[in-house]
Amino acid sequence: MELWFTERHTPHVEFSIRVDRQLYSGQSEFQRIDVFDSKEFGRFLTLDGYMMLTEKDEFIYHEMMVHVPMAVHPDPEKILVIGAGDGGVVRELAKYQKVNTIDVVEIDELVVEVCKIHLPQTACGFMDERVNLHFEDGLKYIRYHENEYDLIIVDSTDPFGPGEGLFTKEFYGNCYKALKEDGIMVNQHESPFYAGDALAMQRAHKRIVESFPISKVYQAHIPTYPSGHWLFGFSSKKYHPIRDLDKARWNTFGFKTRYYNTNLHVGAFYLPNYVEELLRDVE
Amino acid sequence: MSGQERAPILEALNQFKKQRVVPFDVPGHKRGKGNPELTGFLGEQCMTVDVNSMKCLDNLCHPVSVIREAEELAAEAFGAAHAFFMVNGTTSAVQSMILSAAKRGEKIILPRNVHRSVINAMILNGAIPVYVNPETNNELGISLGMSLEKVKKAVEENPEAKAILVNNPTYYGVCSNIRKIAKLAHDNGMLLLADEAHGTHFYFGENLPVPAMRAGADMASVSMHKSGGSLTQSSFLLAGERVNPDYIRQVINLTQTTSGSYLLLSSLDISRKNLALHGKDIFSRVCDMAEYARYEINQIGDYYAYSKEIINGDSIYDFDVTKLSIHTLNVGLAGIEVYDILRDDYDIQVEFGDLGNILAYVSVGDRIRDIERLVSALSEIRRRFKRDKTGLMKQEYLSPQVVITPQKAFYSEKVSLPLKESEGHVCSEFVMCYPPGIPILAPGERITRQILDYIEYAKEKGCSLTGAEDMNTERLNIVKEY
Repeated sequence: MELWFTERHTPHVEFSIRVDRQLYSGQSEFQRIDVFDSKEFGRFLTLDGYMMLTEKDEFIYHEMMVHVPMAVHPDPEKILVIGAGDGGVVRELAKYQKVNTIDVVEIDELVVEVCKIHLPQTACGFMDERVNLHFEDGLKYIRYHENEYDLIIVDSTDPFGPGEGLFTKEFYGNCYKALKEDGIMVNQHESPFYAGDALAMQRAHKRIVESFPISKVYQAHIPTYPSGHWLFGFSSKKYHPIRDLDKARWNTFGFKTRYYNTNLHVGAFYLPNYVEELLRDVE
Repeated sequence: MSGQERAPILEALNQFKKQRVVPFDVPGHKRGKGNPELTGFLGEQCMTVDVNSMKCLDNLCHPVSVIREAEELAAEAFGAAHAFFMVNGTTSAVQSMILSAAKRGEKIILPRNVHRSVINAMILNGAIPVYVNPETNNELGISLGMSLEKVKKAVEENPEAKAILVNNPTYYGVCSNIRKIAKLAHDNGMLLLADEAHGTHFYFGENLPVPAMRAGADMASVSMHKSGGSLTQSSFLLAGERVNPDYIRQVINLTQTTSGSYLLLSSLDISRKNLALHGKDIFSRVCDMAEYARYEINQIGDYYAYSKEIINGDSIYDFDVTKLSIHTLNVGLAGIEVYDILRDDYDIQVEFGDLGNILAYVSVGDRIRDIERLVSALSEIRRRFKRDKTGLMKQEYLSPQVVITPQKAFYSEKVSLPLKESEGHVCSEFVMCYPPGIPILAPGERITRQILDYIEYAKEKGCSLTGAEDMNTERLNIVKEY
């Protein structure tokens, strides 16, 4: 039997994974949700046909979204996560004992339900009692909060479809407002490689630069995302992602991470020339 | 299929495509083959129905088959005796109303906050405008509807007038008591004309202000392309029992193209069908979205998204809740400034900004998540730019002093003067803030200090001033002998 999941990365490039079987397919108010099982990547979640995560490589994305800001901020207690219906970001955050509140705002309740059933590897994060789930539009939620969070993690889908509002200037501005005076925002920042993704990446960067005094970009290698070369945004009111990194403090936590370490943390902010140039063009 | 489920022009075009007729007529692009770049841009589907009038497709100037059927269906849907498909914009519908209602030297009673197309038509036919000052809401700085008493007074003073024109609603969503005004007109042997450029949905939604034809109007110009979903420039002229439809057709044909676009015609036909079948649901959704947006915007603070609470039983007899008008002065920003920031900083385009308000047009094509963007952007603009509001000017009603008819002024000998030197002279051209396109000065009116101050302020705030021969509105044409 030949059963393949295929995602079009550009009009001329396709990425395929051989599927063993489909575990779930459903349509929510917002999007189509599918979960597949595969030999190579284990289970994987797609929304409207776009790859969200696979069991095999999700650790890279989630560790980089969480540990980079957590190793910089000296005392993050109250954290807001936007998107992240799969639970992966929350799972990493829950490792930190000093965190006392994790508010998760996901627009699509069905994504969380489906992940709880079919993707326990990430959805286990939701079991933590510090987690409060809110099912609403992140753009609306953040409007009502001011000077409240130490860290905001924006784990959005791509800038078309339901995640569109999370790539706008009004969203980043509202995040700035919702953060305390030394708050940090980290966001999924698209890829610099293919032209379409690079444009989205530049647009996002431009809007963040306009909203935060410090805004840097870092990278990771994620095999199942278009081109495999993925970026993250680190924006902050006060802390610099490298100068304010406290390696010793983070290492005393003794977390077992598979991708992140404090040396890689520094290295991740050193970007290829063409990426630097794309960013400079909009700064 | 029967009744409103039909779309005769659409059906005829589909049939026509199947026949694979070889075109030795215009348009010369021949179903797009002669203009590959345009076809690539607009799509082949679109080009194959950009065709000329012919036997099976009828003729807009003299409709006898499918266009006639489509017009009859539209008339039925809107509750009118006759409906005319218009392809030169609602502007041409308004002009046809005025041109068929009055001749040179005859009077039409109308509010001053009319669209320029009304006064343009008077330049063409030489009719005399009798303005009824619309009331003004001082807090919001917007022109309202006409009070019934003022219309009565105008009718008593001008018993020979031929018609009364009503905006139903204004750009901001304000309705006059059109039922009573229609009765007043008819009791005095006048016609009631309605500019319904912003009121298409009244005919199909529930809990909305009364549409003109149902209120007894004799003619109404309906911008199907605004809230009705058809292509830009397509529109309906509706007529009642009191007027002669064949004469109106002749008047329309004085200025309307003889090459009516089938893209526009089919868009009218399909949109009429859609509204007749689904209008109730569509506009209930639009009302819900607008109400939600209003609630959220009023939560932000300082902004005021107004609604039915401003109704006063007379000059605001009713309010169109689909119009999301937002007063901005308490944020310390002129409406036009908020309009510019929304577009330049947030990639959000609203319909217009005037001195104290913006209007966001909410329609069938909107989604709640786009509303969230608008609300969030407004909240951010307040956070970033809020300042003291002193020094901000409110939109004031500038009462026009009509010295000579628009036609006489427009065609008279004129002299161009710098703005500052034009005070006291009679203007021979229009000056408008666009949008909403309502004249600050019209041909034949006295230029006053107050008007000149207003023009200077509007320019300083970044309004787009149009109408004058001098594109930068630094000079005005005045009538030589006055």
